[in-house]
Amino acid sequence: MSDKEQKHTIVALVADKPGVLTRIASMFRRRGYNIASLAVGQSEQPGFSRMTFVVEGDEDTVNQVTKQLDKLIDVIRVSDITGRETVARELALIKVLATPATRGEIIQIVNLFRASIVDVGTQSMVVEITGEEDKINALYNLLEPCGVIEMLRTGVVAMVRGQANGQVTDDVGMAVIQ
Amino acid sequence: MELSGAEIVCESLLKEGVEVIFGLPGGAVLPLYGALSKYPKLRHILVRHEQAAVMAADGYARATGRVGVCSATSGPGATNLVTGIASAQMDSIPIVAITGQVPRAAIGKDSFQETDVTGITLPITKHNYLVMDVSEVAPVIKEAFYVARTGRPGPVLVDIPKDILLDERTEFIWPENVSLAGYNPPREAPAEQVAQAVKLINEAERPIILAGHGTLISHAYDEVRELAEKAQIPVVTTLLGISSFPTDHYLNLGMPGMHGMAYASLAIDKADLLIALGMRFDDRVTGRLRDFAPNAKVIHIDIDPSELNKNVKATVPLLGDLKMVLGQLVPQVEANVHMDWLHYIDALRVDHPSTVIRETDELLPQFVLRELTKATQGEAIIVTGVGQHQMWAAQYCAFLEPNTLITSGGLGSMGFEVPAALGAKVGRPDKTVWSIAGDGGFQMTMCDLATAVENNINVKFAIMNNGVLGMVHQWQDLFYEKDYFSTVYTRNPDFVKLAEAYGIAGIRVKEKGEVAEAIQQAMEIPGPVVIDFVVKADENVFPMIPAGESVHEMLEEPTPERTA
Ligand SMILES: Cc1cc2nc3c(=O)[nH]c(=O)nc-3n(C[C@H](O)[C@H](O)[C@H](O)COP(=O)(O)OP(=O)(O)OC[C@H]3O[C@@H](n4cnc5c(N)ncnc54)[C@H](O)[C@@H]3O)c2cc1C
Ligand SMILES: Cc1ncc(C[n+]2csc(CCOP(=O)(O)OP(=O)(O)O)c2C)c(N)n1
Repeated sequence: MSDKEQKHTIVALVADKPGVLTRIASMFRRRGYNIASLAVGQSEQPGFSRMTFVVEGDEDTVNQVTKQLDKLIDVIRVSDITGRETVARELALIKVLATPATRGEIIQIVNLFRASIVDVGTQSMVVEITGEEDKINALYNLLEPCGVIEMLRTGVVAMVRGQANGQVTDDVGMAVIQ
Repeated sequence: MELSGAEIVCESLLKEGVEVIFGLPGGAVLPLYGALSKYPKLRHILVRHEQAAVMAADGYARATGRVGVCSATSGPGATNLVTGIASAQMDSIPIVAITGQVPRAAIGKDSFQETDVTGITLPITKHNYLVMDVSEVAPVIKEAFYVARTGRPGPVLVDIPKDILLDERTEFIWPENVSLAGYNPPREAPAEQVAQAVKLINEAERPIILAGHGTLISHAYDEVRELAEKAQIPVVTTLLGISSFPTDHYLNLGMPGMHGMAYASLAIDKADLLIALGMRFDDRVTGRLRDFAPNAKVIHIDIDPSELNKNVKATVPLLGDLKMVLGQLVPQVEANVHMDWLHYIDALRVDHPSTVIRETDELLPQFVLRELTKATQGEAIIVTGVGQHQMWAAQYCAFLEPNTLITSGGLGSMGFEVPAALGAKVGRPDKTVWSIAGDGGFQMTMCDLATAVENNINVKFAIMNNGVLGMVHQWQDLFYEKDYFSTVYTRNPDFVKLAEAYGIAGIRVKEKGEVAEAIQQAMEIPGPVVIDFVVKADENVFPMIPAGESVHEMLEEPTPERTA
């Protein structure tokens, strides 16, 4: 990433129809935008999904990304929530080599991060961690010397925080409850 | 009463006010044709190649401002539509393409003539649909037309499996309206921003209007003219905006850009304000962006948010429908004269005339087009192919009414000249329609001369027969050391005999002296005519700003070495 390039978090509400993901992926590919991470799931409204994208690029590129996304008929609305007060989380599963010599160390690291061990095999353990991207990266870096066999990350999901003034707002900053 | 899917398609098309469909049947779409035969109000024009169906629908849409409709069968029929759909997408043309698909149970099994046409056309349609239930047919067709024609228009494809067309039946219920959450084409622009734009216009000393295709799409020609005249602002028109402002208007500077008028591009270079109206700053218009209009602030009005600040940063971006936004803006603009600026531009016109036809006995294509314009008095619809003849038509023909230049701009698809002209004539039977063809492009779709004859579509075809793929030949001449590899046609057919074989009058013109008479003769013949103008082979289009360069690198006329 060059100086002006930055990671942006974009959330979108999209119609839950067959092919929506293809349309979105195709748009990103065709216009040469980079998706660093992508997460999709049901939203609170039946028939609609929420997606979180992390996109790398300068201001102009990311502006285009949001506008091009919004142009897709199946995309209901898009908002770039970078720089706003958000809660952002990602889940990762990390399978790490665990010999009698390293097991203790791994458990210590996992506790330090408030992660959990969700599977123990004879030669390996699976660690589950939820948190911001940096936290997951940090855990990974510490586990790596022990031998990481496999890692799987869900991609970031993000949400704008509630306002201190008592207003409840959604992703576009629209007040839903006064 | 319950109707079949195919009958529901027909009922829906009637509800949309469709009068003509261009198409060619095959197995998967045949049930639709079975129904169409019972709906005489829906005129079906059978083409010789599906590319002609979609390009005729395109020509029809551009000439009338209505949605063009075409249909094809699954697999090869649908894939033959692809080039025309891509062209319509680039140029924002409202088209609904209906394709038959293999039966639902056969989808995904590599069945006979199965092609994933919604997948293929995903990046080249405004939107597309694969209908998977007969109850969806009517709502999807209604939505397809709505999406195609509203906001920034574009092609929409509807793919319908054969069993839905044939075996499934349901009540025909035409939805009252379309509700598409999140799809709300903008209309007026915020008043404060309009006020900012007004201020810039009132303060500008060297303003210039760039009228684009959006001017035609939103029917804003009267407003643009009012703005230009009220504040005495010169107007340049992009290739696709050409007929939005009359060629003979004293404020019209013609087309800017790669093959535009030198004075139009030079005026942009000096301007202190660009008023860009429904145009998307294509690279053929701007050249190297860094050097484009270096002294100008920019007001950009467009209906598509993604066009604002895409190529050129706008000082005041105005999102909305051009006609509506100008309706807000023009009354607030002060009358002005811009005397010094208009004098400056007059001097540019004198010093850089751009369209002088040199004295020669040879038959120059420019000369033919000027004669054609004299004969039609700028009132005909001119449909072109792509290449040199297209640029000369833009430079040398006059356009006095909206929607009279029909050309594939963004995709630049050769072969457009024949079918789009057919569609234009079907849509505007009251107008004289001339197809200005290259001998290259003509041979890509000339099979549909038969369609003209069969349906008595009275189009006059003027082939600018230079025996070369002229525009590419020109690039080889200027940028590839005259290595004319694979751009020369040494054995073209005899176009006069070819016309006759189709049952059309054919006229050959080799001399300057024969041009006017041949054009007159063609216009007097009551049906389609082909004129084979055997023009000079190695003539180049000027002015030319080489791709990726700026107005300062413009080649204004042939260098002596090149004319030699
Ligand atoms: C061989 C060749 C050479 C060419 N050379 C030149 C050249 O020298 N000069 C030149 O100008 N072109 C040239 N072109 C054409 C060029 O490639 C583009 O197609 C053309 O410049 C696009 O014009 P446009 O932006 O006006 O239209 P479009 O590309 O159709 O864009 C229309 C714009 O209007 C907007 N719009 C639509 N509806 C509305 C509405 N209701 N309200 C507001 N906005 C609306 C759209 O969102 C879009 O941004 C050439 C093409 C070819 C094939
Ligand atoms: C379908 C298609 N293929 C190739 C091209 C590239 N191309 C652009 S102009 C041109 C030459 C066109 O020749 P012709 O139709 O004879 O017109 P001329 O330039 O000679 O007037 C070619 C090959 C194109 N635009 N479209």
